[in-house]
Amino acid sequence: MSIVSPVPPPTVPGTEVEVPRGPAARGLPGPLLFLGRALRTLWSNGKARIGLVILGIDILVAILAPLLAPHSPDATTFTPYQSPNATNWFGTTGNGQDVFSQMIYGARISLLVGLIAGAVATLVAVTIGLIAGYRPGMIDEVLSFITNLALVIPALPLMFILAAYLKSRSVWTIVLVVAFTSWATGARVIRSQASTLRTREFVTSAQFSGERLFRVVFREILPNMTSLVAGSFFAAATAAVMAEASLEFLGLGDPNTVSWGTILYYAQQQNALLTGQWLMVFAPGLAIALLALSFTLVNFGVDALSNPRLREKA
Amino acid sequence: MMLLHAQGVNVVYEPSRGTRIWSVRDVDLTLQQGEFVGLVGESGCGKSTLGFALTRMLRAPARLENGAIHFNGVDVASLSGEALRRQRRKGFAIVLQSAMNALNPVRTIQNHFGDILRAHAGPGDHYSEGAVRRRGAELLGKVRLDPNVLAKFPHELSGGMRQRVSIALVLALEPKMIVFDEPTTALDVIVQKAVMQTIQELQRDQGFTAILISHDLGVVLESTDRVMVMYAGRIVEDQPSKALVRGLHHPYTEALLGCYADPRAEEIHLEGIPGSPPDLSKPLAGCAYAPRCPLAEEICWKLVPPLAPLGSGAAACHVRAPSAKVPGATAAAAKAGAGTVATK
Amino acid sequence: MRQPNGQSAPGKAASVPPLVVSDVSKIYTVRGRGRGKFIAADHVSFTIPPGAALGLVGASGSGKSTLAKMITGSERPTSGSIKFGDLAVERLGAGGLRSYHRRVQMVFQDPYAALNPLHTVAYHVARPLQNFLGMSASRASERVHELLEIVGLTPPAQFAGKLPHQLSGGQRQRVVIARALACDPELVVADEPVSMLDVSLRSGVLKLLAELRANRGLSLLYITHDLLGARIITDEILVLHKGKVVERGATKHVLQHPKDEYTVQLLDAIATPFAANGAATTH
Repeated sequence: MSIVSPVPPPTVPGTEVEVPRGPAARGLPGPLLFLGRALRTLWSNGKARIGLVILGIDILVAILAPLLAPHSPDATTFTPYQSPNATNWFGTTGNGQDVFSQMIYGARISLLVGLIAGAVATLVAVTIGLIAGYRPGMIDEVLSFITNLALVIPALPLMFILAAYLKSRSVWTIVLVVAFTSWATGARVIRSQASTLRTREFVTSAQFSGERLFRVVFREILPNMTSLVAGSFFAAATAAVMAEASLEFLGLGDPNTVSWGTILYYAQQQNALLTGQWLMVFAPGLAIALLALSFTLVNFGVDALSNPRLREKA
Repeated sequence: MMLLHAQGVNVVYEPSRGTRIWSVRDVDLTLQQGEFVGLVGESGCGKSTLGFALTRMLRAPARLENGAIHFNGVDVASLSGEALRRQRRKGFAIVLQSAMNALNPVRTIQNHFGDILRAHAGPGDHYSEGAVRRRGAELLGKVRLDPNVLAKFPHELSGGMRQRVSIALVLALEPKMIVFDEPTTALDVIVQKAVMQTIQELQRDQGFTAILISHDLGVVLESTDRVMVMYAGRIVEDQPSKALVRGLHHPYTEALLGCYADPRAEEIHLEGIPGSPPDLSKPLAGCAYAPRCPLAEEICWKLVPPLAPLGSGAAACHVRAPSAKVPGATAAAAKAGAGTVATK
Repeated sequence: MRQPNGQSAPGKAASVPPLVVSDVSKIYTVRGRGRGKFIAADHVSFTIPPGAALGLVGASGSGKSTLAKMITGSERPTSGSIKFGDLAVERLGAGGLRSYHRRVQMVFQDPYAALNPLHTVAYHVARPLQNFLGMSASRASERVHELLEIVGLTPPAQFAGKLPHQLSGGQRQRVVIARALACDPELVVADEPVSMLDVSLRSGVLKLLAELRANRGLSLLYITHDLLGARIITDEILVLHKGKVVERGATKHVLQHPKDEYTVQLLDAIATPFAANGAATTH
């Protein structure tokens, strides 16, 4: 809920400021207002802008895949092992599938897994980090211990083991496996920050105003951690994209889905380099790297999100 | 002998593209060897920025724009790199407000002295640990600290002791001029007095020129020979310290004095200053204090008053200290009755 | 601005209970290097009568902030009791503390830290109204404007929507005071409310606190190392040194005739332009 204040009358020249609108719900994906402002803030940073552009292109490609792809990605109608030619811009796979169409449709899975796994991991990290940071004592000790345990176990091997043992081989398995192994770093950092913010005077002040625990954590502390949460999200998403590609490359994914990782898997299986289909290796590799890079670049602009001064710019 | 002559110092601060904040505007300053001068003003008046500019300590996004700073005959405003670094030995130095927090927590005080002495050693100077210890003990003695402090780590010392160590470290450079930027503000009130006394004694004994920057008029008047009051980036008054409490002054100085009182007095009358300082990111026409000044005349809104003689010093006020260089100022001053006694 | 004459709003003073601090001590055990115990408060006793203004004076480390925290319930004393009327403050649980805050509020020292940088002025002042008084959004909004007027932030509509970084230190402190007053408390603990403000802004805030106390009949505990502020606002002061009360009495009397050596030291440490010239001046 918010207090709606009327637009103030202009006063002494030089002191009037645009009235920022009332605070929207924060913490979890909020209304358009918050997102719009966040995007504007990120756009103002040079590196983040490049990252947003690359990410934007990837998202558009994923959404518009049916329109952009000249052929169906699964159709095995073409001559296999073709180098790039007029019909198949990127050549064909050993099964006769068009690589270019696969690349376009592949964006969907990579993006989906990256963003969703990143979001789930961040959600877990925020929950655990906030609780541990806000409540010192036994709760903090237990949660920190679990976090440290999760940090110490090597993520990639754990992922392989989990993926190999789980019966189902769908995309969602991958999402869960990746999320399960990458929440710990974020949790640790968020716990530190929450712990520092807890002792800040405005938190004590909020308690004196009668705020209850839930509101103190989600309306006072969390909004001041926006940068950190966003940063954790993009870091987790980066890791997720790489992890997903790795799992599929190793054949632990669903071989029937089309994603950049599975293209690499088949490239390896079909000795693409030997048959001269260098694009089949190069294209998905570059695409994965660029997507991961875009997340990292956007992270450069994330510091400004927590800065209230940027809310003034209409 | 003139030690520092600064002319037309302007400092602009650009926190983001499109915003320029003029923190110091057209400051002229002359200091003689051995003077103890105070620079007083409230938040945002530019006093610390000026102190940093004079010791060439400004960092982006703040920069010195225009201005010549002649220190001991050398124009230091144009120096950079190694030439500037060399000026810091037997040249000018600064003691910061939280200098005590600038000490490296994992090194002993003796290590700190070693670092400074060796970094600024002249050609042929070689400092063995023994030499560092001797010189360190000597310097610590000057700030009334026991030589056994050399073996300690910063966290083992109290705030006041750490601040004294910071001053001793600066003395190692044998500077001719030291700028003290709010040296005691971060300290406990009783320790403040002790450290200020030490600074005063040091200045007397060692004879370096000192600039004391503070928001506390009382502290400045107690320790310094001469005081300069700053407002909105300019120096608005420059008087001998003893002369500041009586007589007519710049309206801002008078208003500032009205904010102080002795708690032991029979009756206390405390004032504030209504309004707030101007926005320094916008160009200011005329005197920056005009909106809050009870004596403001038409000319005050149009022309920036230059520093003109007032009493034993100078003030930048069209009404109190009309300058011969400003047309119509004398008439305006006469109209405002510049000769009347100030009411308190 | 003259010294307060000690009068408070008729009727209100009668309903405000006294705050009685009895033999309170707070000992922190310092772990790690085995430095042992740190005695923040050492058998401190005092009473704040209804509607009175008491000053707690001392340098940092004297224990005054610790006492403030114990009185407002943020910390528990190691021994001794704190009673607000019949209420035993040191035994309050989480729920009890919430309703205690409705009656005993705090004005914080650092106006830059006491306000959440992401919330508007209106939000800060409205929260206690909604939490303690159960006001609806519209009624709270009206009351926020009234409170902003009372603390001198006029026109209120201009300030209500501002964020903390758009205000000066003095303005922020007024917001902090407005927030503390919102739920109509009986006792306000002001912990160094003006020490981080420019000198020109102090008088205004001190005047405001004195007026509020007189008009609303609330009790005030003024904690500071600044003796001038104490002289202006309080009727009686306690001088604290290393957790012990070393001197107490009527403010003007203690300042003009200090008995304890530490009080003398504190008075000596003040540098005022007028003392520098010799005698204490009268105007």
